[in-house]
Amino acid sequence: MRSVTALVALLLAALMAVPATAQDKPRSGGELVFPVPSEPPSYDGHREETFGLIHPFAPFYNTLIRVDPNDPTGTKPAPSLAESWTVSSDGRTYTFKLLHGVKFHDGSEMTSKDVKASYDKIIFPAAGVASDRKGQYQNVEAVEAPDPTTVRFRLKFPQSSFLLSVASPWNFIYKADMLAKDMHWYEKNIMGTGPFTFVEHVKGSHVVGKKNPNYWDKGKPYLDSFRAVFVRDSAAQVSLIRGERAHIQFRGFSPKERDTLKGALGDKIRVQESPWDCILMVAINHDKKPYDDKRVRRALSLALDRYAGSKALSQIAIVKEVAGVQVPGTPYATPPDELAKLAGYGKDIAAARAEAKKLLREAGVPDGFAFTFKNRGVPMPYEPLAIWMIDQWRQIGLNVKHEVVESAAYYDQVLRPGNFDVAMDFQCGYIVEPDLDLYKFVSTDKNPSNYSRYTDRTLDDLYTKQGRTQDVEERKRLIRTFEKRLLDEEAHYLMTLQWHRIIPHSAKVKGWQVTPSHYLNNTLDVVWLTE
Amino acid sequence: MWKYVIKRFFLMFPTLVGVAIIAFLLLRIVPGDIVEARLMGSGGAFVTAQMIAEERAKFGLDQPLWRQFATWLFDLARFDFGRSMWTGAPILEEIKLRFALSLQVALMATIVATVLAIPLGVIAALKQDTWVDYAVRVFSIAGLAMPSFWLGIVIILGFLIVFRWLPPMVYTPFWVNPWQNMLQLIWPALAVGYRYSAVATRMTRSAMLEVLREDYIRTARAKGLWMKLILVRHALKNAMLPVVTVIGIEFAFLLGGLVVTEQVFNLNGLGMLFVESVARRDYTLTQALVMLTASAFIIVNFFMDVMYAWLDPRIRYR
Repeated sequence: MRSVTALVALLLAALMAVPATAQDKPRSGGELVFPVPSEPPSYDGHREETFGLIHPFAPFYNTLIRVDPNDPTGTKPAPSLAESWTVSSDGRTYTFKLLHGVKFHDGSEMTSKDVKASYDKIIFPAAGVASDRKGQYQNVEAVEAPDPTTVRFRLKFPQSSFLLSVASPWNFIYKADMLAKDMHWYEKNIMGTGPFTFVEHVKGSHVVGKKNPNYWDKGKPYLDSFRAVFVRDSAAQVSLIRGERAHIQFRGFSPKERDTLKGALGDKIRVQESPWDCILMVAINHDKKPYDDKRVRRALSLALDRYAGSKALSQIAIVKEVAGVQVPGTPYATPPDELAKLAGYGKDIAAARAEAKKLLREAGVPDGFAFTFKNRGVPMPYEPLAIWMIDQWRQIGLNVKHEVVESAAYYDQVLRPGNFDVAMDFQCGYIVEPDLDLYKFVSTDKNPSNYSRYTDRTLDDLYTKQGRTQDVEERKRLIRTFEKRLLDEEAHYLMTLQWHRIIPHSAKVKGWQVTPSHYLNNTLDVVWLTE
Repeated sequence: MWKYVIKRFFLMFPTLVGVAIIAFLLLRIVPGDIVEARLMGSGGAFVTAQMIAEERAKFGLDQPLWRQFATWLFDLARFDFGRSMWTGAPILEEIKLRFALSLQVALMATIVATVLAIPLGVIAALKQDTWVDYAVRVFSIAGLAMPSFWLGIVIILGFLIVFRWLPPMVYTPFWVNPWQNMLQLIWPALAVGYRYSAVATRMTRSAMLEVLREDYIRTARAKGLWMKLILVRHALKNAMLPVVTVIGIEFAFLLGGLVVTEQVFNLNGLGMLFVESVARRDYTLTQALVMLTASAFIIVNFFMDVMYAWLDPRIRYR
């Protein structure tokens, strides 16, 4: 009897599975329409900084390897133009084997010569050629192309982040001949190996791409075309999705905008959310008193009730998770229980604030003090976070004035010259990788964008060690030590709350997975529409 | 008449030079520059001081101010507006792309405003203190009270909620597809034209009231002239002077000043380009746009002065 029941259950399960499989089978055809809130200055991924380049132009290109489009942590390397790779036992040589028969949109074959030329442009740019991320490849000694399907990177020392650095969504592979003729050619022209070929870009209006019929990954892309429309105003972006004129916006919406769309369209909207690899942090100027005293800095962190803040602010702003130096849920993130042991991360806020007041007394400012908190003139989420922090600091006797400085002048007038006591700082990564995320916090003589302006050789040493170790567990341990020193023992910087990425999109869009980075997963080769 | 026109024509140039000096200096006073705007978008953790210095040198921002100004003015005198610092594309190309749309919206809004304002203003003046006058006044005061971008939002939401429809997102030139073009641009033209008509309606009404009380109108009526003739030939022509001023100035303003309305309707026009170029500290483009807008105002004013002289012969003999 039991076996018959089991058989019936199995049959039922199989029957139920059939439609699900059919429904999830990618369908070819259709045009994906998406608004893009920003437009890039040029088409060259090697020199630009804005996601406004990635969203509409990444579908025209491939990178050597990429981040797995189905990995929600956005940290897993996957093949792209390189079908496989090997790492030498000393960790200093990475050899990539390229796919055969990959063609550029002009019909010419892509070989290792093109990969080498592209990476030489990124890592060793000629005078007058801008490469905004060359600093991330300082460890590369040489890029070699020993045969048409092999590319080899020789490193000066082992670097555990190297593979993910190569998966950077910015590192489009360009055609060597074009670069040989003119290193600036790709700033004004588009020609890659990607799943879509370029149709048109009307400045300030839109970009159109159509399916590449000769794409090397047979059967892909599923879409016939895509249309990226430049729409700056977020209310207009919401209207486009609400009016079903657009399917998705890949950067993110606010909680209120998500609720508006869900309320208006119900099941026609699917919401994907993820912690976002962007964080606002507080730079504390070590050159000024009393911020040179770590007890004062710790008190500033202890005053913050991050858990209550998360609950309240996540209703109105694009922040949510309480986090350390890594995005929650990613491989090197500190688990919540361990994080709660750091100053300012405990669950008992009364005890934390009592300790903060005690520290201020010990530091010689028992009655608190007044200071100006400088903030960047970007409303979301800078403004609500600043208001929240000012209120938290008030509760340990600090009198804080909020001064907002216009965005384009903020770094030049406030952070870089150290013209502040306490100020909002920002970091946004394209891949969650400790080497990229922690570099911000090494001593100011090594990295001038450390705006807290301290020198801490212990942190520098930990940064180097975590980057060079090949042992994952050892790396985790070193990152934890780094984090504890940065946020607790020395409290050089304060972390606020991790940004939270909210993508409400048309339920017709399938095959797209949200990741912590709005720079990832925009090649669109695996995206399809149900109708 | 010709002497007057020539004198007014040559007066335009010192005004433009003054605008050029003010635009150049004001932009340099504002903190931040294009290099900051481009490199610091993601926090700039890997941006070095050397990279910033190299980029500044590329744009000539390391040069003394007087040299930057002299270079720009020299190029301007040769009608060479240079290239956008943000995109590297020729500025004329950047402006040309948006100019057609902005000009069309401005023209359509002006037509909407004129078609509404002149008849309504005249009727309100003729029917002063009757229910017709009150209705026109309510209509025009409502137009003044409602910002055109707000009316735009209401139009968009109305379409969205009631009809589940939105105007097209992408601009199609009129000569390519007139229907698509109108579907997109008629709504902003109505939203802007309504507010614009409110100003002109009130101006027409008060000017007509003033003119209708003049002695020559009384004389014309006493002579037994046909009322329609009095209105069109004697009253309206003279009442048009302030109305033409308002319509002209508003038209020049609309060319570059529809920032929020363009944002609401996602129009790729000059207003949006203006705001973006200022936010990005794209000096060359902003300066060119200021010069373009200033030129539009100055040229419109010039034509208005010429029209004044035509409408009122006393002006040209002064």
